[in-house]
Amino acid sequence: MSMFASVLNTKLRRELWQMRGQVFAIALVIAGGVAVCVMSLLNYSSLSATRAQYYEQYRFAEVFVGLKRAPAHVLEEVASVPGVGAVSARVEGGAKLDIPGFDDPVSAHLVSLPKSGQPDVNRIFVREGRLPASGRSREVALIGSFAEAHGLGPGDRFDAIINGRQQMLTVSGVVESPEFIYVIPPGGMLPDFKRYGVLWMNEEGLGAAMDMKGAFNSLVLQVQSGYPVASVIDALDRLLDRYGAAGAFGREDQFSHRFLTDELSQLKTMATVFPLIFMSVAMFLLNVVITRLISTQRDIIAVLKAFGYSNRDIAAHYSQLVLAIAVLGLVLGLLIGFWLGHGLGEMYMQYYRFPRLLFRINPWWIALLAGITLLVAWLGGWRAIRQAAMLPPAEAMRPEGPAKFRITLAEKLLSGIRFSQPSRMIVRQTMRRPVRTLFSMLGVAMATGIIMVGNFQFDSVTLMVHAQFARVQQQDLSAALIDPVNSAVLFGMSRQPGIRYAEGRRTVSARLVSEHREWRTAITGIPREARLQHIIDANLEPVPLPERGLLLTDFLARKLAVSPGDRLDIEILEGDRRWITTTVAGVTSEFIGVGAYMSLDGLNRALGDGPLVNQILMNVDPARADSVYRELRETPKVLGIAIRQAMLDSFYETLAKTFLTFTFFSSLLGGVIAFGVIYNTVRISLAEKGRELASLRVLGYTHNEIAHILLGEMAVLLVLGIPLGWLIGDGLAILLITAMQTELYRVPLIVTAQTLGISAAAVVLSAVASGVIAWWRLRNLDLVAVLKTRE
Amino acid sequence: MDAMSREPVFHTSGLTKIYDQGEVEVRALRGVDLDLYAGELVVMLGASGSGKSTLLNILGGLDVPTGGDVRYRNVDLSKANDRELTRYRRDHVGFVFQFYNLIPSLTARENVAAVTEIARSPMTPEEALDLVGLKDRMDHFPAQLSGGEQQRVAIARAVAKRPDVLLCDEPTGALDSTTGILVLAALEKANQETGTTTVIITHNASIAGMGDRVITLSDGNISGEQRNTRRQDPHSLSW
Repeated sequence: MSMFASVLNTKLRRELWQMRGQVFAIALVIAGGVAVCVMSLLNYSSLSATRAQYYEQYRFAEVFVGLKRAPAHVLEEVASVPGVGAVSARVEGGAKLDIPGFDDPVSAHLVSLPKSGQPDVNRIFVREGRLPASGRSREVALIGSFAEAHGLGPGDRFDAIINGRQQMLTVSGVVESPEFIYVIPPGGMLPDFKRYGVLWMNEEGLGAAMDMKGAFNSLVLQVQSGYPVASVIDALDRLLDRYGAAGAFGREDQFSHRFLTDELSQLKTMATVFPLIFMSVAMFLLNVVITRLISTQRDIIAVLKAFGYSNRDIAAHYSQLVLAIAVLGLVLGLLIGFWLGHGLGEMYMQYYRFPRLLFRINPWWIALLAGITLLVAWLGGWRAIRQAAMLPPAEAMRPEGPAKFRITLAEKLLSGIRFSQPSRMIVRQTMRRPVRTLFSMLGVAMATGIIMVGNFQFDSVTLMVHAQFARVQQQDLSAALIDPVNSAVLFGMSRQPGIRYAEGRRTVSARLVSEHREWRTAITGIPREARLQHIIDANLEPVPLPERGLLLTDFLARKLAVSPGDRLDIEILEGDRRWITTTVAGVTSEFIGVGAYMSLDGLNRALGDGPLVNQILMNVDPARADSVYRELRETPKVLGIAIRQAMLDSFYETLAKTFLTFTFFSSLLGGVIAFGVIYNTVRISLAEKGRELASLRVLGYTHNEIAHILLGEMAVLLVLGIPLGWLIGDGLAILLITAMQTELYRVPLIVTAQTLGISAAAVVLSAVASGVIAWWRLRNLDLVAVLKTRE
Repeated sequence: MDAMSREPVFHTSGLTKIYDQGEVEVRALRGVDLDLYAGELVVMLGASGSGKSTLLNILGGLDVPTGGDVRYRNVDLSKANDRELTRYRRDHVGFVFQFYNLIPSLTARENVAAVTEIARSPMTPEEALDLVGLKDRMDHFPAQLSGGEQQRVAIARAVAKRPDVLLCDEPTGALDSTTGILVLAALEKANQETGTTTVIITHNASIAGMGDRVITLSDGNISGEQRNTRRQDPHSLSW
């Protein structure tokens, strides 16, 4: 037995080498599946582990409270609330910055640091330099993303307007915080590292600048284990209500945490859906290839059995063959996956601000993946392996008789057409084994579908941008005000030089409640005659503002499980914290962000206010844009400014870049799979028809004429498979975008002719490349050997 | 006698073929001089390894010699390239193989048509199948035909293009004697009716009687040549 085994091993080794082209192509398909899986898992678990460790080490808060103003002694009351652990009271505020050499308006969020330097909660990671020294009220620490975007470091200086007063600030260090892993400007949805940053100042400095000496306006705290977070939140709400608290909330409503969680769940989805698709294709391919291989070895199997090898030995031998290919694919896939995963991880780091990324992956996951891969491969070959093991030796000795063919229905239906004999061969070959033809066609279709899934997202992103920046946000510029102002100021603003048109709106933060479901967001009041801001439906058509009631983004409506006509309770998280009850008037479907919209006068009425606005949208004369920016920067009431073009650029730089990079890698691997499928189909078909084609060569057919027969069958498979692949791709795309809906963005499903074309072209190109290889191999057909051998 | 006075269809002189198999050189042909004449039926006898198949392959344009000359009428086959050899096979040569080599996806008629479609002045597939006595089996697929029938289809396929030469490599090798004789009769008939120069190579000496000439090969050389005064009817053969 052991000697037998070693002989069989030699046979195995040689055969693997002999079929190396095909072996490699199948291994590539498996590798594609494994690589996508490893890439996604690696990123998912690295980001999860990094975040968990960061939160732990830097004591990320579990409860957050924003208030108007509370005297310092309230902190003791807070600390005595049952369940409250470590707590930090801080002053937070906004600033406008004037960065030398950068003309666009820049705004910043300021957070105070205690005298001792490091806060107890939300500790700071110092990347470079140091924290602002005690007593140095003009020193600031910058968040890394902002420092990098402007090339700022310790010792650099810039002007800032804090609370209407200009001061010169000096950078003491570059830092990161678990509170600001994902940094986005208020009201925005996308990172903009150049135009928005987070700055830390010491307490004295910021307290003085914000007129908050001996007081605080922000609390972050941890909850002692054993206490439910909700009860702590309730107690804090009761305690802090009189200080103008906007409601305590937990991590799940904290911006940075929420978006990171979304991103992680998206990665998880990709880690399951993509590999699933890739693996099923690989399994199918193995089935086809191994079946074919074993049928060419009938006589060898017979001889082995005649020598006394058992069914089991034979099954083990062919299982080894399958597993050897699978192991090759697995190893390749792990290498590629780790490599791509590292690359992608480095990119995530550019906008997820962790001190460092820990590349972590649970070894059990790798083991599980390896197990699944081998099992899937073996199952793929199982039918063929079983057939080989069961083959009675006597039958195996006999050559397979001439394959049975019939005149096909297609020919009968098309009896008017005169088929050439080669065309007849193509038609009958495809019809003789309908199941195999179907499978080959499915292979082509899957390949098309996989490439489509990777590709449609490019168009989706374009559509997102178009919808957001050409339909929804038509202003060049928007300015957020510190406090609401009477909308009468707009008339004055419109007459300012450089401003062509201005209109206002009002946003208030609010908690929307429907039964036990709730969501913290902002309600935007839009003027009826708005020209620069539109709300759109699924067809990108403007939705008119309702007379009364609220419009909700469809994503939000689903989260709250409400539909038009339903009642909704709203707690306004500003001013007198009043509750209002309204109805859902309709749903909208922006792709980016989530929102609730009312008419401006409706919102103001509900709040008991006059015609107030706290955001001003403008169209400006591009030639005078810089002077408008400067004017706004120097206006004390203006908190910050957002420029449309800058948002567009930042969208492409950050979100689109990572998203599309992942997508690009996936479609690249999809392309590899497509090539693997098609190359194998051609090679198998070449192996099956070698003798027939050689016979025809002997009879005087030219090289090109027999290539026509071989590649004609491929063409039939492509013609049938590609449209089917489009359908499959469409289905997979729907699956994927449904799984990937997040608060941050919903990828719209849009399949353009270009996407269809690219997927078809990639498949056809693979076919052409495989065809060229086959064509070249046909040159070397051994015409003499074919005369001497029977099949 | 007639044959000798005519111009030969094939003329070889000093034909050698060496297969270089790594460390071993196999000298399959060691200087064969041979003339084949129009219309004659030649049986080429030889044991396995005698070089008869190599010679047939070179005559049929499937292989080129290592040395020496081989001419088909005015065409120098020893220097032809792949394209020219293909052209030559297509226009002038009919092949019959030991294992028939029919296209399983085509019926008998279509298998013949596969050749007539690319030939210059072929007979119809029906005529060709009639010639081998298979007119009533025309629409059967190879899987529905016996071995002998399959080989007769192969003969019909080979003669249908009206080739100048018909080369048969062990045409009865895979058949029992009764069926083999039917196949040989078909070849004999095709030779008689179309006047095609026919070469049958075989290791079976019993077939020798049906040829005009019998050429014996051993060790890559012609070791004997015998002229039959009268061709024996294949039906009188037995083995």
